[in-house]
Amino acid sequence: MMRPDPRRADRLRLLAGLALAGTLILPLVPLALWSVAQGWRFPHLLPQAWSGRAWAHALDPASGVLESLALTTLIALATTFIAALVGVPAGRALGLYRFRGKGIVTLLLLAPAVLPAIAVVFGLHGVFLRLGLTGTVAGVILAHLVPVLPYMTLVMAAVFARLDPELEAQARTLGATPFQTFRCVTLPAILPGLMTAGLFAFLVSWSQYLLTLAIGGGKVQTLPLLMFSFSSAGRNDITGAIALIYILPGLLVLILTARQVTGRGAALTQGLRP
Amino acid sequence: MTRLTLKGLAKRYAGAGQAALHGLDLTVASGSLTALLGPSGSGKTTTMKLIAGLIAPDAGDIRLDDRSIRDLPPERRGVAMVFQNPLLFPHLTVAGNVGFGLRMRGLAPDRIAASVAAMLARVRLSDLADRRPAQLSGGQAQRVALARALVLRPEVLLLDEPLSSLDATLRDEMRGLIRDLQRETGITTLVVTHDQAEAVALADRIALLLDGRLVQHDRPEAFYRRPASEAVARFFGGVNFLPGKARGGRFDCALGALDLAPGLPEGPGLLTIRPEAIRLGPGPNPLPARVQAVTFLGTQTRVDLGVEGFALQALVAPEAGLPLSPGQEVTVSLPPSALWLLPRPEGAA
Repeated sequence: MMRPDPRRADRLRLLAGLALAGTLILPLVPLALWSVAQGWRFPHLLPQAWSGRAWAHALDPASGVLESLALTTLIALATTFIAALVGVPAGRALGLYRFRGKGIVTLLLLAPAVLPAIAVVFGLHGVFLRLGLTGTVAGVILAHLVPVLPYMTLVMAAVFARLDPELEAQARTLGATPFQTFRCVTLPAILPGLMTAGLFAFLVSWSQYLLTLAIGGGKVQTLPLLMFSFSSAGRNDITGAIALIYILPGLLVLILTARQVTGRGAALTQGLRP
Repeated sequence: MTRLTLKGLAKRYAGAGQAALHGLDLTVASGSLTALLGPSGSGKTTTMKLIAGLIAPDAGDIRLDDRSIRDLPPERRGVAMVFQNPLLFPHLTVAGNVGFGLRMRGLAPDRIAASVAAMLARVRLSDLADRRPAQLSGGQAQRVALARALVLRPEVLLLDEPLSSLDATLRDEMRGLIRDLQRETGITTLVVTHDQAEAVALADRIALLLDGRLVQHDRPEAFYRRPASEAVARFFGGVNFLPGKARGGRFDCALGALDLAPGLPEGPGLLTIRPEAIRLGPGPNPLPARVQAVTFLGTQTRVDLGVEGFALQALVAPEAGLPLSPGQEVTVSLPPSALWLLPRPEGAA
């Protein structure tokens, strides 16, 4: 019998990790190069001249890129927060209780996540126009909730389905009020799931283009919108710089929640330690 | 010390045809350890949840001494419940779990730590204070759950099948621990169980529930010696029932006229005798019998007997008057002190 060599397995795992990281990171290399290139024409492998102009523009408060970064973050955080406020109780109802029409409710909740945004966006625009929500940050946040809420609710439903409801009953008979029960028993139990759901919610909002464009009407300039406008204007250097900025928060959120998402001391955070 | 009184407690679950509980009246004496016994579906757990306040009754009242707790939320009842599963909070250590209720009451951390340490020492878990629930064995987890409820010094302690998830040796240990702690603290305790042997070994008093009704509330030995009905006798392993009529200290039945102990009621009735009370060999009320089957049960031997075309079952010590073999003619005797009269079941002639 051949025994697997643990060192060989480790090496294989490292190789697989590197390959995965490569496929994720390699597409970013041209973006990084563009962001510091002054001119880069075919057939040159590397830019002929280097420049910090694009970065200077992107980081200049007057250019609006940083402002857009702040706005995008605000919208994603607000969307996530509201989605959690609605999605946690909804997920609890779906995960813990059986009730008449549960299948239909689940289907309706799932629908926005399955339907393409373009099918929703015109009707949504008409309604929001009448409500005076078009062109406002609030309108964009509400629009983002359309695809975000199903993710939040369904993840939380799965989390609550694994929670023993008797745990809460036990807390009550030990003298905990309903609020204490939520804070000291339910919340710690659902926290890892809530972090995962929040991460999804944040990233879905963060990467919205169509809904932001349609409801914001160009007045709410989030990073994806800004990036596309530079891209279509042929400014590959500034597009590259914004794209790199655009990736950062997602990466940061992922690193911060990696422990919760993977369930144990995650490789990502451990790899970052010296 | 607190007396727990249930008055006309009734509960029917939405959508259920039959009520889970039909107007239950029960008084649990202050400081007693009472077993609420019954087969599954008899309304035991419903009764527990009603007392704990986890569900609301349709009718009736729940009183601690003279004060009704019927409309109080669970956390303000002074009733602590230990569920069938230990239900430890997974994110807290053993000490954190035991201190949970005290923390909810807003006690100072040093007082909580002192109470928790004393309680853990009492259930011999001091070494495990910093462990997580996932690192405990089933028996340890059950002891933590018990400690977590007892540290609150509740007025009434409810235990729902506390031994059912443990294996035989741990069960004996846990049973002893529950008994000892209950005696030391004097907390009025109600234990739900479906196992009559467990109820007998654990409790001072047993309340037997059948189909949502209290059928007998008595000391454990009474359920063997003086069962209230045929159903009670059968639940406690009674198998021998003879219809007949009591008159002048004798019982006329298919086996002839049997001598009864004084003080039993006159008139038509159902005579019962515990299988372990039947003696093989001559004695009072001797009857000729034929052995039908002999089954070795380990600590006892079951002997199926035919007496005058009537089947009787006896349980005897394995070495008592053996060997026996099917077809053998023997004399059995039925001691009058072991004969008990039950009311005739309704509908019987």
